[in-house]
Amino acid sequence: MATPPALWSARPPTLSVSELTAQIQAALEADFDDVWVDGEISGLRIPASGHLYFILKDEHSQLRAVMFRGYAGLLRFRPEDGLAVTARGRVNLYAARGDLQLYVSLMEPQGLGAQQLALEQLKATLAAEGLFAPERKRPLPFFPRCVGVVTALHGAAIHDILTILFQRCPYTRVLIRPAKVQGIGAEVDIAAAIRDLNDHGEAEVIIVGRGGGSREDLRAFNEEVVARAIASSAVPVVAAVGHEIDLTIADLVADRRAPTPTAAAEMVVPRWDELQRRITAGQQALSTAMARVLLARRTALVHLRRRVRDPRQRVVMLRQRLYVAMARLRAALRGQEERARARVQELATVLQSLSPLAVLARGYSLARTLPAGQIVRDAAMLRPGDSLRLTFARGEARVRVEAIEV
Amino acid sequence: MDSRQPPKKFEEALLALEGLVEKLETGDLPLEEALATFEEGVALVRYLNEQLTAVEKRVEVLARDLGGAFQLQALTEDEEET
Repeated sequence: MATPPALWSARPPTLSVSELTAQIQAALEADFDDVWVDGEISGLRIPASGHLYFILKDEHSQLRAVMFRGYAGLLRFRPEDGLAVTARGRVNLYAARGDLQLYVSLMEPQGLGAQQLALEQLKATLAAEGLFAPERKRPLPFFPRCVGVVTALHGAAIHDILTILFQRCPYTRVLIRPAKVQGIGAEVDIAAAIRDLNDHGEAEVIIVGRGGGSREDLRAFNEEVVARAIASSAVPVVAAVGHEIDLTIADLVADRRAPTPTAAAEMVVPRWDELQRRITAGQQALSTAMARVLLARRTALVHLRRRVRDPRQRVVMLRQRLYVAMARLRAALRGQEERARARVQELATVLQSLSPLAVLARGYSLARTLPAGQIVRDAAMLRPGDSLRLTFARGEARVRVEAIEV
Repeated sequence: MDSRQPPKKFEEALLALEGLVEKLETGDLPLEEALATFEEGVALVRYLNEQLTAVEKRVEVLARDLGGAFQLQALTEDEEET
């Protein structure tokens, strides 16, 4: 074991903690005042102060880091645990706690650029809110009376849009709300333009776009304010951000996206001549169909008439029935007559037996006056000289009365 | 009809017309109904033709004045071309 007294004997003047700390700080300031360091963010805390506190680490070491609010506000992405970053700052000692800290002034994610990461993060946030959901997409009006356009007033985009709109549909009203589409503040202007067209209330669909550009030129269409303005538009929005590689956030939020302003104009209005053709076709088909219905009715009528019997035919038939009935009646009557005659014959025979002629056959005769023909029952009826007719069983005689005997 | 119909009305009327045509072409409608269908179709044709030309071709620029009120200004051909 070493002997402490020997060490103590050669000691330099002692320092207070603050003095030592100050010396360390000075040394760090000399050598570590501007360093760039790669590491992974861990244990990130953002208290109400708005400062960012985290640990920057690699496989073997870790270092406390702080990014004050003023710098943190300029970040183009959202720091999170596990993110590999390159940080620039100064290393120093936090005297109050004796902690060695990296005071970060700039930070960029590794791999993706900060802007790209910010974009991915915004996309993720908006997607989580459901702003890109297919069920949010609204159908475009079929035949809008008024088309709203948000783009630069002077440029290829507006020219292309107007050309195509009127080419397809000469009966359209276009309302342009000019907007700055690139540069500082463009996103705010675009968002305000979308709101203005909504507030004005006549546009039934809005085209928002510009005619192509570099990725940086399209920046405004990737900003949250534009996304929010599109999402809250009361009328459908067509994004027409001329681009080839990536979809902007505006494209994702919009109800429809078009690759170019020309394509957007084609989506928004129907072909007028096509509409006219459809109406005319409908009109003609209607007339043709009606004519066919009427023709069909007429044909049916003819058929029906053929099936209906002529009333005269019915009369003939009835007459025939009448004849038959009469014949039967006549036959019936004849039968009855014959029966009646037979009966009469029968009765006649009976009568015959009762006839006075039968009495005459027994030898009596019948005397009648002439010419009155009165049957003589009393001789007192007669005078001599009267003529009488005597009827015998066979034959008659005329006699004269000679004398009366009473 | 009201000159300011909701935008979907036109499409509905067009589809209705085409539906009526189909009904008249395929359906074995009683004469009365066929006539009513035909008349309805004719009315739709009239309405649709009116709507086709109901809007005048016009380009306007929307701006706000100092008071924040909307102002419309017709866009001239020159401006459009530059």
